Amino acid sequence: MSFLLCCPNCGERSVYEFRFGGEVRQRPTEEASLREWADYLYARKNEAGVQKEWWYHHLGCRTWFFAVRDTTTNTVLKTFGADK
Amino acid sequence: MLQLFRKERMWRPHFLKARYDVVIIGAGVHGLAAAYYLGKRGVTNVAVLDKGYLGSGNSGRNTAIIRANYRTPEGIPFYHESVRLYEGLSQDLGYNVLFSQQGHLTLAHTDSAVDGLRVRAEANALLGVDSRLIGPDEIKRLVPAIDISTSAHQPIRAALYHPPGGIIRHDAVVWGYARGADRLGIEIHPHTEVQGIQTENGQVTAVQTNRGQIKTGTVLNVTSGWCSTIARMVGVNLPIVSHPLQACVTEPLKPFLDKVIVSSNLHVYVNQTDRGELVLGAEIDPYSSYSSASTLPTLEMIAAHTLELFPALVEVRVLRQWAGVCDMTPDYSPIMGEVPEVRGFLVDVGWGTYGFKAGPVSGKTMAELIATGRTPDLIKPFALSRFYEDRLVGEKAAAAVSH
Repeated sequence: MSFLLCCPNCGERSVYEFRFGGEVRQRPTEEASLREWADYLYARKNEAGVQKEWWYHHLGCRTWFFAVRDTTTNTVLKTFGADK
Repeated sequence: MLQLFRKERMWRPHFLKARYDVVIIGAGVHGLAAAYYLGKRGVTNVAVLDKGYLGSGNSGRNTAIIRANYRTPEGIPFYHESVRLYEGLSQDLGYNVLFSQQGHLTLAHTDSAVDGLRVRAEANALLGVDSRLIGPDEIKRLVPAIDISTSAHQPIRAALYHPPGGIIRHDAVVWGYARGADRLGIEIHPHTEVQGIQTENGQVTAVQTNRGQIKTGTVLNVTSGWCSTIARMVGVNLPIVSHPLQACVTEPLKPFLDKVIVSSNLHVYVNQTDRGELVLGAEIDPYSSYSSASTLPTLEMIAAHTLELFPALVEVRVLRQWAGVCDMTPDYSPIMGEVPEVRGFLVDVGWGTYGFKAGPVSGKTMAELIATGRTPDLIKPFALSRFYEDRLVGEKAAAAVSH
């Protein structure tokens, strides 16, 4: 389902103005093993439900921000800047 | 004579038993094919579970295109074997799957796309797959309705012509495998949702469903777009993101197109079914989702790009639009085989936009792995461990993806 996303700078816009950046993950520390880095690169929770994810306003202010979205319904619960 | 009028069940309902040797989660073409080939090997204490009806996932939502003209030395022999199995499937199952090997054309509109097709043609020739590069004149001869004019927005430069490619009746494949598996004594349980998987000391022991618990030592996860949710029941995060893929079908027209037309530059693929409807497919939606609702922007994109190829279709109306949830891997190759952390848990997932055409060969190779414990050479490159050993299989000839 197509939906609207509320950019923290530009307000509500069509999702087609944005680039999807994937689910938010914890970056490993410098001491992490190769296995942990491979998991960070490839493995995903791929949540069927509410997940926190990265978005980029490609055809707007060109900034990255977070959205909390239910992936089963595409309901966007909230969006907020990456500095929040 | 009376036999003609006797009602024959395609597959029978069963009570859920307390124990099975193998539990297959997902009754689509991959799950049912695996069950069928397991049965052929004499492994018949098998249950195939599905949370919906048979073929209710991507087996009933794909555009039914079969081809083997891939690009990687791992992918080509694998899909080639699948085409061979599809060629003999109606006879093998005793059930007509209406496989029409009408030929398949992959169009190129840019120099780099032509180069890509040339690489594929060479790799195909080397591995025994019938495909070759053809120019606009031959394209026009094969597909008179296509616009090859140089004034087009993106003129057609060349095509990869793959004569054995074609389309099939996808529901018939699902039903045929289900019927075949049922006759071999395998139980098919629709509307049986898996809610949890129990393990003991890293070994699968039981599956919890909405109809009760089943004890088993072997579970095969073949749930396409939902495979991450099943894998997380045993604590495994797969390298998969689920994206919807949309398609639509037009009102029936007189037969005018007897080739499958694919354009990766325009992100669209077109074929005409035996009923005269045009089946049109798009690229995957640009964001992850488990929603199979369709969208207007995608419909507009499909329509616009189809009209670039076939301007005469401008008045044709769309009857239906739908979406399937695709399990996309980072390298556009599937993930097949054992999961090292959990004994008895196998996957046949990551089928993204190319799962239906691989149904028979996946079923056959996964059945061999389950029955013998040995991974067939054909699927060794697709092991989950490739992501941890830097051995990705970049299949750039996969459908419906932007490169």
